[in-house]
Amino acid sequence: MNDASKLQVTLPITPDTSAAVASSAMVREGEAAAGPDIKVAARNVDVFYGDKQAIKDVSVDIPERSVTAFIGPSGCGKSTFLRCINRMNDTIDGCRVTGEITLDGLDIHDPSLDVVELRARVGMVFQKPNPFPKSIYENVAYGPRIHGLARGRPELDEIVESSLRKAGLFEEVKDRLDGPGTGLSGGQQQRLCIARAIAVSPEVILMDEPCSALDPIATAKVEELIDELKANYAIIIVTHSMQQAARVSQQTAFFHLGVLAEIGSTQEIFTNPKDKRTQDYITGRFG
Amino acid sequence: MSVDNTVAEAGRPRLIRADRTRRRNAAETRFRIYGVVAIVISLAALVFLVLSILSNGLGAFSQTFIAFDVYLDPAVIDKNGNRNPEEMKKVTTIGYGNLLKKALAADLEARGVSTEGIPPKEVDGLLSKDAPAQLRDKVLADPGLVGQTIRFETYANGRIDGYFKGRVTMESARLDSNVSPEQLELADRMRAAGIVSVRFNWGFLFGPDASELRPEAAGLGIAIIGSAYMMMIVLVLALPIGVAASIYLEEFARQNAFTDVIEVNIANLAAVPSIVFGILGLALFINFLGLPQSAPIVGGLVLTLMTLPTIIIATRASLKAVPPSIREAALGVGASKMQTVFHHVLPLAMPGILTGTIIGLAQALGETAPLLLIGMVAFVRDFPGPPPEGFFDPAAALPVQVYNWTQRADPAFVERASGAIIVLLVFLLSMNIIAIILRRRFERRW
Amino acid sequence: MNVGLLILIVLVIAAAGYVLGRRRSLATADGNIRGMHSLPGYHGQSVFLFASVPAFLVMIVWLLVQPLVIENQVSALIQPSDIPEGSSLSLVMADVRRIADGLDLAVARGALTEDQIATMRADLTNLRGRLADVGVAIAADVKQSVFVAAQEYRALNKIGLMVMSGLVIAVAVAGAAYSYSRITPRYRARNVAEAAIKALLILSSTVAILTTLGIILSLVFETAHFFNLYPARDFFFNLTWNPQFRGGSDLGIIPLLWGTLYVSFVALAVAVPVGLLAAIYLAEYASPTVRGIAKPAIEILAGIPTIVYGLFALITVGPLLRDYFAQPLGLGSSSSSVLTAGLVMGIMLIPFVSSLSDDVINAVPQAMRDGSYGLGATQSETVKKVILPAALPGIVGAILLAASRAIGETMIVVMGAGAAAKLSLNPLEAMTTITVKIVSQLTGDTEFASPETLVAFALGLSLFVVTLLLNIVALQVVRRYREQYE
Repeated sequence: MNDASKLQVTLPITPDTSAAVASSAMVREGEAAAGPDIKVAARNVDVFYGDKQAIKDVSVDIPERSVTAFIGPSGCGKSTFLRCINRMNDTIDGCRVTGEITLDGLDIHDPSLDVVELRARVGMVFQKPNPFPKSIYENVAYGPRIHGLARGRPELDEIVESSLRKAGLFEEVKDRLDGPGTGLSGGQQQRLCIARAIAVSPEVILMDEPCSALDPIATAKVEELIDELKANYAIIIVTHSMQQAARVSQQTAFFHLGVLAEIGSTQEIFTNPKDKRTQDYITGRFG
Repeated sequence: MSVDNTVAEAGRPRLIRADRTRRRNAAETRFRIYGVVAIVISLAALVFLVLSILSNGLGAFSQTFIAFDVYLDPAVIDKNGNRNPEEMKKVTTIGYGNLLKKALAADLEARGVSTEGIPPKEVDGLLSKDAPAQLRDKVLADPGLVGQTIRFETYANGRIDGYFKGRVTMESARLDSNVSPEQLELADRMRAAGIVSVRFNWGFLFGPDASELRPEAAGLGIAIIGSAYMMMIVLVLALPIGVAASIYLEEFARQNAFTDVIEVNIANLAAVPSIVFGILGLALFINFLGLPQSAPIVGGLVLTLMTLPTIIIATRASLKAVPPSIREAALGVGASKMQTVFHHVLPLAMPGILTGTIIGLAQALGETAPLLLIGMVAFVRDFPGPPPEGFFDPAAALPVQVYNWTQRADPAFVERASGAIIVLLVFLLSMNIIAIILRRRFERRW
Repeated sequence: MNVGLLILIVLVIAAAGYVLGRRRSLATADGNIRGMHSLPGYHGQSVFLFASVPAFLVMIVWLLVQPLVIENQVSALIQPSDIPEGSSLSLVMADVRRIADGLDLAVARGALTEDQIATMRADLTNLRGRLADVGVAIAADVKQSVFVAAQEYRALNKIGLMVMSGLVIAVAVAGAAYSYSRITPRYRARNVAEAAIKALLILSSTVAILTTLGIILSLVFETAHFFNLYPARDFFFNLTWNPQFRGGSDLGIIPLLWGTLYVSFVALAVAVPVGLLAAIYLAEYASPTVRGIAKPAIEILAGIPTIVYGLFALITVGPLLRDYFAQPLGLGSSSSSVLTAGLVMGIMLIPFVSSLSDDVINAVPQAMRDGSYGLGATQSETVKKVILPAALPGIVGAILLAASRAIGETMIVVMGAGAAAKLSLNPLEAMTTITVKIVSQLTGDTEFASPETLVAFALGLSLFVVTLLLNIVALQVVRRYREQYE
């Protein structure tokens, strides 16, 4: 209560000025980090739900083969922004995205890039494990099938096995690949969903609070998995847990009220935040 | 207000007065009894309805038969002796009627059943008026029978049948110009002699309708086929169209004026009186498009339009029940919207869709009023051909056949109508049971 | 070449296109499916669509336009002198079509050959007989000029069909070739195929609109036709209904409307108290076991077809009322009566009232009940003073829906209410309703030019409008009520 009122007093910054400050800072950061291994770049992204603006002028660079964490209080727009990157927001009525997001330098809204192709290249893992009510095998094989990635059953079997292996699930389920995916435990289900995402051989994996529905042991397993996956993929993870961000990510972005307040190496954000809001958040003063 | 005053004036009155509480509790009991009475009335009405139909209709499934030896005299039915069916067709049912008359008299005499005091015309009157036609059909189908003596079994007249079922009594026969008490006594003697028997009548289920004067020969065959044809048409048209429309409305359509108009339309079509659909069928399909009257195709189309709202409402409900996380999962691995719907959402919604479809079909099967207007009341004696041509042949429909029979004078048709209702209800009951099983079996909790 | 065969040919071309398109797409990608935008099957589908859809569109348009054009051409051959007294050009043209159809039939059955028809000019009297042999009856002997017109009609039809077949096949092949040539690994075949499916989905959802449009158009047109023959004023205000075969009928809707409302009133007088009390008992008092048995049992009543209720009224309820009430009280001697139909319809409506009211009562938040019990109210006081007032709009909606059902119900009144149009208060007398008269005026052989038949459409329109208004009001009331608690 006290904190909240203090916040209002100490932060009388209008959204416009704060956005301007943040974005100019970001672009400078982005330029500094610019190099051959920037996978995803966003510039001046705004998102509106009807008349309501959910994201204000966010610019961010996601490097290849590393983990970027998006943190921030609930409703700050970090999930919304994540869903812009593979255009999942297209499925929401009345949602409008402006600004530019590029994947390997190609605008993701470019008509020459089919949204389906985009989503095959930018995979996604959701907050709640959502396996299809089919067998474990079918769950993983579905993506390769619709994208024509396997030329025959043996090749498909191979993709399924290697994806499950990469997700660290193969040993646990190898005897019941025909069993229902919904029959697994929560943590296993989430790793199945990760395997499903990997099976399409994406280049980027978006994870929307992948551990929020899991117990600590399952969480540890998924985090371990994320750490292994970063060798091959650009991973963006939205998380509520600052410890998790600190554990798994190399780069951290802090969102606040639809604005990207600060971005930098994880080390720096947690030890030496430049922005007052970041500092207040990570020290637990709000959020 | 007044309560407050009394409390104030009385100072500290007893908070709860016993007589008032008693009254309130009595009111409570009364109210509860009203509720019980309402439930009992509803259930009693249901039981009374079912019992009334059963008691009236079960008799239709059994029938009185008369079996006796008939000599197929070539001199009467094949004068030229060529056994050529084309030539034999010239002999009308009158010729066969005379043959039967003689044969029955002879058979009775041979078995020692006395026909004393009964004019030969009345003895013959025990047989169904359909009997000569049955014999003629039999002979024309197999001309080799001519010249032989065959055991011929046919229906007894409706009044005789009614006598054995208790519908006709000696008293009623005395007042009835169509049957005499002597005939009934003769029938009793014939039954004792084994010529007359009462047993299950397949002809009721599979035979064609018969004319006003031959209730004993009337069957449901054409009506059942007609209804089956219409259900096929409804299934083939209403299920895909209804599912396609629901998918569009539920998965693709954005909220706009166009979809609003469709939604309002569907809601209203579900409540438009069925007879209005009949008028539409008459004006559009028969007068405008020139489709034939009394044909299952027209009935099927009309019932399709009536069933669509039911199927659409059920399908949309089951599509809605599929959680959005499934859609997100599919979209997230790069499935297109269309692939998401057809690979994941639709299969998961299928049990609900099928349940709704079966219930819609059951409604369509019992629908009568619109079919009256498109000529399904016509008297049809020829079975329609096999589909798809048969869809354009005249046919009857189960519920319309019921209506048809109730419009006929002979009370034997009341029994037939109730019997037909039992058949209809058995169909409906099985469809509903299938729907319930489907729902139980595949019900999924997310 | 007939239309069915043509459809088949187009489908074969399209199917071949599917196979070839699929194969080509694989070939252009050197078998590397990964490099393709769409799976090979989608390439096949897109060729299929390009081959079939335009061809079928051309065919449909042609089939719609051709009769109009030919009609125009042929009717130019008919001289005013060819039209008999009291007839008209359209009747003569109908004869032309019948003769042409008859000739086609005769050729198909082998009764005539094309050569015979071509030379058949002198023996015109024979033509009528020959057509009668194949089952086509022509009213009078055929005039030479009419016969010539019929031959011309046949010839034009034949040419038209041939040209159409050629064109349709050409369009199908061209469409297939065009889309075949467009196949490249980057071609977005899936998007094309999916757009086509989406178009199909949209088309299906318009069926509901088309149905409503069809109902309104057919009712309005024929009603306008009726009001040309019979004054609208009389229809709405005449107090007698007395159709005559020979004209001079009285076709006033008032007695029918009275019967409809009277029967509906009796039905609601039965269904509303019973249904409502049953719903209250089931929602507030009944144990789960009782509810589990009684609720589905009552709902069975809703699943029974109306013909069953009709029969119940006709053979059981009607005679009972006549023998035990009407005759002893000297109020009537007919087994069909307002009371018979109303009682039976009331039974039918019980589940409508009860299940809708049950939903509505269950939607009242538990907090309201708790509040009332907390003040020491008994259960019945809570129901009467708190729940019913809160649920009232929803219950009113349910009753309006039931009323709309009652007004539109047909079979029960056809079999239970009678056929005599009367303005009477005696519920044991036979009366008739709008729906009964629609059935009786439209069944059997109907002549679509007489007001006695067309009046059914005016009745239908009145019925449609009344029930539509009731439904709209009811749905609005129920919706507003739901929003209140959501």
